[in-house]
Amino acid sequence: MIPFALYVAIFAIAFIVASQIAKRRALQDYTSLKTVTFGDESAVRPNRAAGVVSILTIFLLWGMFTGSALLPGFLHAPGPFEGTARFTYTAQAEDGRRDDAAVTVLVHKREVEVDAPEVTPGDGFAKDDGVKVAQWRNVLIAVDKNDDIRKRDGAQVVAIDGQPISPGASVKVDGGTVSLSDKGTPNFQPANGWQMEPLYLPAPEAVWTRMLKIADEGFRNTSLLGHLGWSLFRVVAGFVCGAIIGIPLGYAMGLSNWFRGWFDPIVEFMRPVPPLALIPLVIIWAGIGEVGKIILLFLAALWIMAIAARSGVSGVKISKVHAAYSLGASKWQIMRYVIIPNSLPEIFTGARVAMGVCWGTVVAAELVAAEKGAGMMIMVASKFQNTDIVIMGIVLIGIIGFGIDMLMRYAERLLVPWKGKG
Amino acid sequence: MTGLSIDNLSMRFDLPGGGAVQALQNVSVDLKAGELMSVLGPSGCGKTTLLNIVAGFLAPTGGKLVLNGHQVTGPDAERGMVFQQGALFEWMSVRENVGFGPSMKGMPTAEKSQVVDHLLEVVGLQDFKEKAVYELSGGMQQRVALARCLANDPDVILMDEPLGALDALTREKMQSLVLKLWKETGKTIILITHSVEEALLLGERLIVMAPRPGRIHKEYRLPFAEMGVNADLREVKKHPEFAERREEILGMIWDMEEEIMGRTEGAA
Repeated sequence: MIPFALYVAIFAIAFIVASQIAKRRALQDYTSLKTVTFGDESAVRPNRAAGVVSILTIFLLWGMFTGSALLPGFLHAPGPFEGTARFTYTAQAEDGRRDDAAVTVLVHKREVEVDAPEVTPGDGFAKDDGVKVAQWRNVLIAVDKNDDIRKRDGAQVVAIDGQPISPGASVKVDGGTVSLSDKGTPNFQPANGWQMEPLYLPAPEAVWTRMLKIADEGFRNTSLLGHLGWSLFRVVAGFVCGAIIGIPLGYAMGLSNWFRGWFDPIVEFMRPVPPLALIPLVIIWAGIGEVGKIILLFLAALWIMAIAARSGVSGVKISKVHAAYSLGASKWQIMRYVIIPNSLPEIFTGARVAMGVCWGTVVAAELVAAEKGAGMMIMVASKFQNTDIVIMGIVLIGIIGFGIDMLMRYAERLLVPWKGKG
Repeated sequence: MTGLSIDNLSMRFDLPGGGAVQALQNVSVDLKAGELMSVLGPSGCGKTTLLNIVAGFLAPTGGKLVLNGHQVTGPDAERGMVFQQGALFEWMSVRENVGFGPSMKGMPTAEKSQVVDHLLEVVGLQDFKEKAVYELSGGMQQRVALARCLANDPDVILMDEPLGALDALTREKMQSLVLKLWKETGKTIILITHSVEEALLLGERLIVMAPRPGRIHKEYRLPFAEMGVNADLREVKKHPEFAERREEILGMIWDMEEEIMGRTEGAA
């Protein structure tokens, strides 16, 4: 809740500040002179400042709530308690006698090994105790273990820091909370603060150093580039197979009644089946090796490419075909010089969609079963609670997916400049 | 014998829900080689159907079509077509568009580029040779379409409202160009139009068609096309006979439209 409120606040403040600055140095271009901007989509351009602040905000919040070393300390959200906490407990013997004793708890970072603090037992029948506990963990303190009158002799803890307590209840003390278990043993929980535990969300620099380490050493006998490369190879291989079969199939469906009739039910049935639903069947048939994955991606790309090619053919303006015929073109020439170039923009759009779907599918397939690959990397890491590797994997998968799309757009601009100009 | 003979042509479309539409009924026209004919009529009178049959895109349900002594059965390079708009190949440059017909015939490259250069000069686009067609204005695109059609050296040129989408000024310039090309090349041209003025200017012969069933209502022989070759078309329009014919034909088409409206109202 707090991070979300902060996020909204940063959004609002940045917006107000940026629009004040924009007002100061009012830009005088054509769009700024438009009086109707609400509802005119062409007047809406992504605000570059907003984009930069948006990304910085994500890293800022990430750093704040993980106590990142990249941020100055005053920006951190309150961290978990660290150091020595003290509280006293009051033990009551069966005959009603009471005695106080102190408990010293050393709260340490998880990754450091420490010894429990040494304490002198003190006087009375209840003796002082010293225990240690890691941050975000809690510890059950058997305070009666060194006492003269123990629990089995009828002694009970009746108060913490002077406040009466009964089993099931809890009392706030300096540095944490003490609750009494059902059997009457005090349980100390150090204060967590507002930060996320690294086990659930590591700091950005931890992810970065982990990435450098894995790039250097590899993960499960394969280098980082190897994992990503295998995933990419599967996508490209599956996509190419799908395009090689799918595009001619789509053309045939767009040009022949018989092909249209024969394949329409199959294509229309397979199109809404998510490729993920095919994973179990493909594993049963082809195993978890490369062949199975490439078959799966082939199936993911096939229908998309076939439909793109089909609609590319049916999108040909009849006047272009008529013009070509009356200029003396043969059927083959119509295909080569009119239908194929005219359908290329549609095919490129289809290819972009297919590459996106294939990338998503390959990661999912690797999550299920694989020896190498980006999906396998995050799956295995999650089993060992290596959250930093999981986050690193997600970021890399996102970057590669984005990169593929950018590359396809670039190729589209280069190869089919006439798109949308007919 | 040379020329195009449209002999008793009929076209009947069966409707999916039963019934049929008689798009053309007993249309006969004889065109000598080199004649320029314009076709005028209210919407739905079968002008475009007639042109599509002549081009060979549709097979008539009755009658026949003879060009230079042989019967027409399908599209062919001997009958070129210029469409209203959007029939250029936007994936080709201006040069490739104009050279499309010769390329299909397998004309040698040197000869082809000579033809293309010559035609681009005729239509005044020699400086736009390597441009993509979508970079040109509407009028320029239609000039490319004309050049593309001429590059194939067809016997007959069919024009389906080629100037319909152009602004008035460009349209007038293009009308002059069509007349010039007609005179220079001596092609047989059939031109469909919605504009009475254009039909008068660009027709040695003018047929007015009537709808339901599509048929020839009236035929004219006109002097204005000859007068307009290499002359100012605005002067031609001032001719007293021009104004007279225009009013007469406008009245005719007006009556037909009213009759259609009346019929629809009666049915409703």
